[in-house]
Amino acid sequence: MSPALIAALPFLGALLPGLLIRSGRNVAAISCGTMTLLALIGLCLHIPAVMDGQVITSSFTWLPRIGLDASFRIDGLSLLFGILILGIGLLIILYARYYLSKGDPVGQFYTYLMLFQGAMMGIVLSDNVLFLLVFWELTSLSSFLLIGYWKHLPEGRQGARMALTVTGMGGLAMIAGMMILGNIAGSYNIGDILQAKEAIQASPLYVPALLLILLGAFTKSAQFPFHFWLPQAMAAPTPVSAYLHSATMVKAGLFLMARLWPVLSGTPEWFYIVATTGLFTMLLGAVIALFKDDLKAILAFSTVSQLGMVTMLLGLGTEAGVIAAVFHIINHATFKAALFMTAGIVDHEAGTRSMKLLGGLRKLMPITFIIGTIAALSMAGVFPLNGFISKEMMLDDAIHTSWAGHPQLFGIIAAIAATFSVAYSLRFISGTFLGPVRDDYPHHPHDPGLGLLFSPGLLVVLVVLIGLMPMTMAGWLVTASANAVTGAATEPDLALWHGVNAPLLISGAALVIGALMVAFHRPLQRIWDALPRPEAKTIFDAVIRRAVRWAQAVNDGLHDGRLARGAGMMAATIVLAGTFAWITGRAGPETRAMLPISPVAAIGFVLLIVATACMVVFHRNRLLALVLIGIVGLIVSCAFVYLSAPDLALTQISVEVVTVMLMLLALNFLPKVTWVETGGLRRGADALIATMVGLAFGGLAYAIMRRDFAFDTISQYHIANSYKQGGGDNIVNVTLVDFRGYDTFGEITVLGIAALVIYAMTETLLIGKSARKLANWRHDQKRAGDRHPLMLVVATRLILPISLTVGLFIFMRGHNQPGGGFVAGLIVAISLLMQYMASGFAWAQERQRVPFHAMIGAGVIVAAATGMGAWFFGVPFLTSAYGYFKLPFLEEFELATAMAFDLGVFLCVVGAVMLALNSLSRIARRTGESTNRPATNQAPPAVPKEAH
Amino acid sequence: MEALVAIAIGAMSASGIYLVLRLRTFPVVIGMTMMSYAINLFLVATGRLAINKPPILQNHGAPDFSAYTDPLPQALTLTAIVISFGMTAVVVLLSLGAYIEGGDDYIDMPESDRREDGNAE
Repeated sequence: MSPALIAALPFLGALLPGLLIRSGRNVAAISCGTMTLLALIGLCLHIPAVMDGQVITSSFTWLPRIGLDASFRIDGLSLLFGILILGIGLLIILYARYYLSKGDPVGQFYTYLMLFQGAMMGIVLSDNVLFLLVFWELTSLSSFLLIGYWKHLPEGRQGARMALTVTGMGGLAMIAGMMILGNIAGSYNIGDILQAKEAIQASPLYVPALLLILLGAFTKSAQFPFHFWLPQAMAAPTPVSAYLHSATMVKAGLFLMARLWPVLSGTPEWFYIVATTGLFTMLLGAVIALFKDDLKAILAFSTVSQLGMVTMLLGLGTEAGVIAAVFHIINHATFKAALFMTAGIVDHEAGTRSMKLLGGLRKLMPITFIIGTIAALSMAGVFPLNGFISKEMMLDDAIHTSWAGHPQLFGIIAAIAATFSVAYSLRFISGTFLGPVRDDYPHHPHDPGLGLLFSPGLLVVLVVLIGLMPMTMAGWLVTASANAVTGAATEPDLALWHGVNAPLLISGAALVIGALMVAFHRPLQRIWDALPRPEAKTIFDAVIRRAVRWAQAVNDGLHDGRLARGAGMMAATIVLAGTFAWITGRAGPETRAMLPISPVAAIGFVLLIVATACMVVFHRNRLLALVLIGIVGLIVSCAFVYLSAPDLALTQISVEVVTVMLMLLALNFLPKVTWVETGGLRRGADALIATMVGLAFGGLAYAIMRRDFAFDTISQYHIANSYKQGGGDNIVNVTLVDFRGYDTFGEITVLGIAALVIYAMTETLLIGKSARKLANWRHDQKRAGDRHPLMLVVATRLILPISLTVGLFIFMRGHNQPGGGFVAGLIVAISLLMQYMASGFAWAQERQRVPFHAMIGAGVIVAAATGMGAWFFGVPFLTSAYGYFKLPFLEEFELATAMAFDLGVFLCVVGAVMLALNSLSRIARRTGESTNRPATNQAPPAVPKEAH
Repeated sequence: MEALVAIAIGAMSASGIYLVLRLRTFPVVIGMTMMSYAINLFLVATGRLAINKPPILQNHGAPDFSAYTDPLPQALTLTAIVISFGMTAVVVLLSLGAYIEGGDDYIDMPESDRREDGNAE
């Protein structure tokens, strides 16, 4: 099976519970289990090839320019982790089916679990470090969902948040580290990076890269000082803890250290950082675990300790260390998953996980007792279980390690940690199962059904078998993965009995002392409780609280919800950023000579500046501001004519007309005056920001206009091909309806949506509270005596056919002369609006046969249909065709498919403009605006009409 | 000529920003309209200024590129003008609706509505 498919199967499986959960949790569990099993089989099919030393790869190009490819590889290390992830995942799926209660949403659980499984498989199968990072982040996210699965528990939510914060930040650091690594190696491909040991270790960036990558690995694998999130994550349901903390999530950090071991290890930096951190974490976790009463807390800190042990072994940088590390990864996964499941069973059946309430379960739950005891003894490293063998190997490595000139220190600390792990393991057994039977358990404990017992039972069988026959059971996997890690042929010598040697003696002593510590646990606990010690959670919470407060202060300072504050800050930031870019960058010399200023242009300029200045000074008089807006718009239109942009001028001037009409209609209701409400200081600050923007924007425009294009423009293509391909002389119009037709299509759609938004808002204004307000509206200005003067009515009705003809003319000539659908649509809309203004809303509405919504829809459909028509000729969307025709009595004219597209634009523009203004008229009518005819198709206003 | 256009762009954008920073809806709408003018003119200006060179083909032979101004910014600006009308219309209706519903035409919510109460924790 392709490695890509193996990684994809869990993700596919994540979709199934959502579809199948209505058929019951059995179906959901079986579907997930099937997908996992398929992936596991697919992975195992590669075992023979991997044992031969091959590396199976497959690669898909994703973003080659940044070196990100979807590459997969299966080597010994991937195989080891893949088998653990999928195999234990399968057992967890079974276990969770029986563990979760009726009230828990099981479908969600399986979806999260499969997502997580897929992300883990992605990490171990990636052959590209950037690709690996994608999955790395995915594990952080999906584990967040899993840890916080019981959303109703505050501890669950806090634990999930803490895990996400810590591992997420580590992930960010790791991204930086991986980028450095990839840059040194010249490739992000793991295969290539692994070949670049000399270059990487010689690079001055080796230490930064190492630190950043280790930050990611240590946070994920809960190494000191980032160990605190793991115990908090125990708020998750036990199947999650069993999966995340035995075989997967926390092992991802170990995986990464193992994966990059060939290029990063072997230096003093590596040894002192990794081995020391691992050793200290191992000791710290073991000590804390002894003094916890919650079963899962004991297991959590023991996990921290055991992870520290593997980290330490990898940190040694020796082949023997790697062999012991990968072997212990297998062993830890088996016994720790079994222990978590045991703790879950006890919790499930006895109703508590606290040792203060437990004890004596040996007689009540004999099978659970056997499973739990064997697994815990393996954790303690007791002969002849698998934990014993790897612990002996660890001790052997540790006592032969000299740390900073101290030949014994390393071994002594490792031995102390081993003693503590014996102690907490024995305490786990004695506190839960041994002792007298009690009568105050929250539930009545008894052994659960096979569904819960099967998974831990199978794992315990493995614990025993690997212990008795290590070479047969695990030798091949250890060999393959150790070979993959070290890149050399290793020959692990896994055996239960190595004769009487130093590690064996240490183990024996640890067992005795550990047992004594359990016996004298009470006084020890009192001493421990008396010792002052920092509580990681409190510190973490304080740091987070301070960070939130600081961020809030900054945020409130920049943006307190007032529009002016936000807009002002944004404007100032843009100007400052632009100024910075201008100062640090370099613009070429001014190459274009200035155009001469004609007298007309000078007059227009003065008018514009005066109008703009008046706008600022007199904007409080809102009607005057509208007049000024009209002047400014008119001069801008003239500027477009002058600067060789006739299409723009036509569009601008017609848009100007409808905009002013729209604002006038709105001003009918809004106050006519803006009162002075701001002090001089505020206005001065605003003026300062405005001046900065004006100077910067104008300066930028000037700088651009005085220089030639830095690169060849694509405009020449448009000029050269406007007639040849688009069949039109008006390059702007051809660009709109042909070259960039797709943009235009999007734009008319947006325009249509805007009009529909306006319609919808009007609808809500015409019902409920605001409708009553409107019905009782008192206008603050006197109404005109004669609202529909006869002259105006007659004139507009006479003009209508003429103006419609003009619209048609503008539309038809658009392809070759200034004009086109946009302008024609605006002209037609204006001529219709004149009827509304002159003859009144009701009169015009009565004669309006086509609803405006339909025109918008028709416009978009016509444009789309024209575009799709091209498909029938086997050419892409919106490819146009054209021809010239001659009708009697008329000039030769052109018909192009682009014209049909332009018709769509036309319809959409007419519909949108009319719908917007029509909506305003409807509001006006609701206030009791009378018309010159009795209303026919509108509900009469609720209040008596005003006389006119 | 370039200097005049640049000054016009600067003046219009400055007055636009000043009006956008006011407290009531109507000046803000007017300010946004002024900003649209400035930005549309700026977009056309990025094609560099040319007089009497409209982008309408004069003959169908080999094109003389120097005879026409840059058509591409014009095409983009044309749709920008129409879209800014749509935006203005929506904003006008919003401010009208807010005035009718809320009783005043302040652009910001009252202080009491704006402050969220307490922390998320």
